[in-house]
Amino acid sequence: MSAQFPLTLNNVLVRRQGKTVLGPVDHVLNAKGATIIIGPNGSGKTTLLRVMHGIERTTGGQVTWAQDDPAKHAFVFQTPIVMRRSVAKNLAYPLELLRVSKDEIAASVDHWLARIGLERSRNSPATRLSGGERQKLAIARALIRQPDVLFLDEPCASLDGHATREIEHLLKEVACAGTRLVMATHDMGQARRLANDLVFLLDGKIHETGSADALFAAPATAELAAFLRGDIVT
Amino acid sequence: MIRLLWAVIALVWAQIAAADTMRLAVTTSFENSGLADVLLPAIKEDLDLDVQLLVVGTGQALRLGQSGDVDAILVHSKTAEIDFVTQGHGTHRREIMYNDFVVIGPVADAAGISGASGAEDAFARIAVAQVPFVSRGDNSGTHKAELAIWQRAGIDTNATLEWYQSVGAGMGAALNTAAGLNAYVLSDRASWLNFGNKDGLALLYSGDPALFNQYAFIAVNPAKNAHLRNDLAILLETWLTSTRAADLINAYTINDETLFVFNATPQ
Amino acid sequence: MIEILDGLKEAFRLVLGFDEELLEISLRSLRVTLSALLIASIIAIPLGTYLAVQRFRYRRIVISMINALMGLPPVVVGLVVYIMLSRSGPFGVLNLLFTPTAMIIAQVIIITPVIASIAHQSMRELWAEYHDLLISLNTTKRQRILTLIYDGRRNLLTAALAGFGRAIGEVGAIMIVGGNIDHVTRVLTTAIALETGKGDFALALGLGFVLIGLAIFVNIAIHTLSRTEREGLW
Repeated sequence: MSAQFPLTLNNVLVRRQGKTVLGPVDHVLNAKGATIIIGPNGSGKTTLLRVMHGIERTTGGQVTWAQDDPAKHAFVFQTPIVMRRSVAKNLAYPLELLRVSKDEIAASVDHWLARIGLERSRNSPATRLSGGERQKLAIARALIRQPDVLFLDEPCASLDGHATREIEHLLKEVACAGTRLVMATHDMGQARRLANDLVFLLDGKIHETGSADALFAAPATAELAAFLRGDIVT
Repeated sequence: MIRLLWAVIALVWAQIAAADTMRLAVTTSFENSGLADVLLPAIKEDLDLDVQLLVVGTGQALRLGQSGDVDAILVHSKTAEIDFVTQGHGTHRREIMYNDFVVIGPVADAAGISGASGAEDAFARIAVAQVPFVSRGDNSGTHKAELAIWQRAGIDTNATLEWYQSVGAGMGAALNTAAGLNAYVLSDRASWLNFGNKDGLALLYSGDPALFNQYAFIAVNPAKNAHLRNDLAILLETWLTSTRAADLINAYTINDETLFVFNATPQ
Repeated sequence: MIEILDGLKEAFRLVLGFDEELLEISLRSLRVTLSALLIASIIAIPLGTYLAVQRFRYRRIVISMINALMGLPPVVVGLVVYIMLSRSGPFGVLNLLFTPTAMIIAQVIIITPVIASIAHQSMRELWAEYHDLLISLNTTKRQRILTLIYDGRRNLLTAALAGFGRAIGEVGAIMIVGGNIDHVTRVLTTAIALETGKGDFALALGLGFVLIGLAIFVNIAIHTLSRTEREGLW
């Protein structure tokens, strides 16, 4: 397991335009498993993920890794960002940044193209891919540097069932291989399928957290219970 | 196809070497006469000298001489030339040749200048008739000659005169404007003969000695900077005042009309 | 109207007859403008890109200045360069006045703001697209600039060709700093000005048509050489 963990969030606060978007939040992420973050829209899931990954600054508090190695975590955005180049070149990009040798890059690209089933689109412009294909590309690109932790922000939000299934399958494989997953989702089914532990965000604060099995079976707070039932929770 | 394109690109960057060269600022009237096309090849042949001509207005020619950016100037504005030498920008002034100015105007000649008794009278008639007149307005030799005539005729061109159009341009451009406006204009004979757009205009008055247009050569003072080729300027001056030049200049014609009269005197 | 037809006839006569003088001034036009284009692009493109990615205090002012400089009258640039290069001026010792090099300098000054402004605009849009991804991948500033330039190269080519268009038709500045000297600094535009002044409209128009033809040729050549229409690579 990675020496980067645990990730400690200490009194983390994010304010934007005078409003508190997240916080105060205290949490510790350990090395094992898949953490799923759930909560209503606007509860701060995206902000929490971005703060953990480090692409968003905190207004207050600290985000501390035991050993920080930025190249070892990766992020998948809700709307997949594809570069204006071929699918293969998209995959190669993160490795080119690390000055990896051409042969190694070629091998990795081949491996991942096969794994996400996009060999035929190897030289097509990535902008021509469908939503599901783009997201698979984004995930493969995020994983190509073999990160210790993968953050995902509602990756299947705009995808159809077929694409969602493929992606969940990929994520399960990846989690089993040892990559730490931290993912936000609004799909309760998906949460049940993938989570080891759960973080329930409400109004920018962690309302409840713990083992997924335990929380799904017996939520401690009324709000989580209502949310799991499908009620609108504010 | 692509190889052809690359070959063209390579060609574009080919350099050409140069021989003994000097820079001479001349006026647009001189260039328009076409005399340069006769003289330059002869100069190259006799002196193995490449004369680079900068064709600008008299004002700019004097300015270039002042900055030491050219080795010599050939202009036609005596008072300005004398000032130039007095101020030390040129070593001395050497008269080479003269041509004359002519008054051009619409064929219909509403101001009736073809019967004028002199240049002053012609201009006075234009002022009285208040017909359009185009002025060079660019401080050139031609412009200064024009202003001198207005002054002698007692007309103040600085006053707001609706018929007086100051264009601030070279001779060809001024003639074009005159053609477009159906206006009168003072031109040097050579530019007029060479002008390609005579539509509606005609030579209405000429011959007054007051329209005499003297060209002079001035070598720029070598004290200005180390780059000036005063030696070449003097070489050219000697050639321009030789019998060889005299023959070429006096023999030069446009439509069988001679333009210039060589009048350089030996030093 | 007749003059326009005469102009076309002149153009054909000059081109088909391989008129030597025409060839000479055309090649010189290309040499001056393409050199200026190359130098201006090397300055303008990284500059425009840098301004898109780097935030600094006076950024807005700098961008406004560059946009404003697009409106610099070429004649004014010509006068300033003349004064600088004049033998009685600060750079007179370089002996550059009335040479093609002086013309290149003047044109570089004129077209750099044009290219920089257009480049900046498209790099800004591309940066907005790539922003999250490039930050997530922990790229250095240099890597970001190079990536944006590479991925945005199609739009940058458009910017460069805009600069080319501005330069090839320019006459005011190069007339002053070049002097329109026969066989030395005479180019198509200054020759057109000369013939117009002499009243030879047909020849002037003929040269004008040749100039337009040349500009079209260069545009097509550049697109062919960079294979912009080839599927998939752009």
